[in-house]
Amino acid sequence: MPNLKDLKNRIASVQSTRKITSAMKMVAASKLRRAQEQAEASGPYAERMGRMLSSLAANVQDSGNGPKLMTGTGADKVHLLVVISSDRGLCGAFNGSIVREAKRQITRLQGEGKTVKVLTVGRKGRDQLRREFASLIVESYEDVGRRRLGFSDADMVATKVLAMFDAGEFDVCSVIFNKFKSAISQIVTVQQLIPFAVPGEAAAATDEVKPLYEFEPDEEQILAELLPRNLSIQIYRALLESAASEQGARMTAMDNATRNAGDMINKLTITYNRTRQAYITKELIEIISGAEAL
Amino acid sequence: MADKVEFELVSPEKLLKSQPVDMVVVPGSEGDFGVLAGHSPMISTVRPGVIDVYEGDRIVDRVFVAGGFAEVTEARCTVLAEEAVALTDLDRAAVEKQIKDLSEDLDDSKSDAERAAAESKLAVARAKLDALTQTSAH
Repeated sequence: MPNLKDLKNRIASVQSTRKITSAMKMVAASKLRRAQEQAEASGPYAERMGRMLSSLAANVQDSGNGPKLMTGTGADKVHLLVVISSDRGLCGAFNGSIVREAKRQITRLQGEGKTVKVLTVGRKGRDQLRREFASLIVESYEDVGRRRLGFSDADMVATKVLAMFDAGEFDVCSVIFNKFKSAISQIVTVQQLIPFAVPGEAAAATDEVKPLYEFEPDEEQILAELLPRNLSIQIYRALLESAASEQGARMTAMDNATRNAGDMINKLTITYNRTRQAYITKELIEIISGAEAL
Repeated sequence: MADKVEFELVSPEKLLKSQPVDMVVVPGSEGDFGVLAGHSPMISTVRPGVIDVYEGDRIVDRVFVAGGFAEVTEARCTVLAEEAVALTDLDRAAVEKQIKDLSEDLDDSKSDAERAAAESKLAVARAKLDALTQTSAH
């Protein structure tokens, strides 16, 4: 017969676990809201930059010699993967799915005979990738946007990527991150950053009333400044999406954990009560049979 | 002057301003330019400096930007700024200290990349100081 005291301790410990998970869920929910607001706030800038880029690109492509960030180096040998994960765990499949996708991409690219380099953002992704592909990791960042994710965080990553690109260390760059769909669903997304595919190019071409811009200084110079900016923006967007996804994933995971703990408490309480009754019955039988023996 | 131009100031982190104004003066990299309604479409880079927002003949708002891009159409003027601070929020002492620190960084810098980074930051800080000096002279 199980010990009553053990059961009681067990219930108490599950109860305190439930308290922790439900508090974590609440924290994640409020952080999620903030992250979502931030992601929305960055929308206007990205949208306007996209608009400028497509009108610029339309002009430069006519002249046929765009900057390398847009046209690429002409080679397709070395790939750089920017893997964005989180610093902390307890967020469900969030990091697992990122790492799985990253591994898949690495294996695929290596299978095609290409060289792969990896840049990780976030501790979890680095730790998990290091087991198999330690030699591929060129740089890793931790504690990115721990307090509050700022544009400067994205800029730091972008500067590193650009420096590597200028040094000719890779030809193609993609970013792997969790795109936020809803609190319960995050989509692992692979987005190519370099060479940059200009958004809405086709739309711009069909747009009849597109105003003819003057450029000051000339198109190429503006584009040469705009493209690195754009890279930072794309990385910033990816970081924001990832941050929102992380909180969403954590919220869902903690919600499940809280519910599981509740179920467990119920089960344990039933066992506890049954055991207690069994003890009482046993003692009664002992007393009665003792009295009958007299 | 009934026509107004829709002025938007956007930083990567948020939309800072979106309002119809009479005129804005933007510090373009090839010289300041004023934008009134019906300006011909233009895209320009912006150097670190001050954007003046006019209502009538009065300056109602002065914002410091640390460089970026401006897109002008007939009805709209959009400035994509990397960093934007209202001029009144700038603190002279803090900026002077920043310039001093950055000058030291510049002297300490070892590689070309470090030097370039420090130089560009210093240029921004100097532009801030210039902007402050200008306002106090007014």
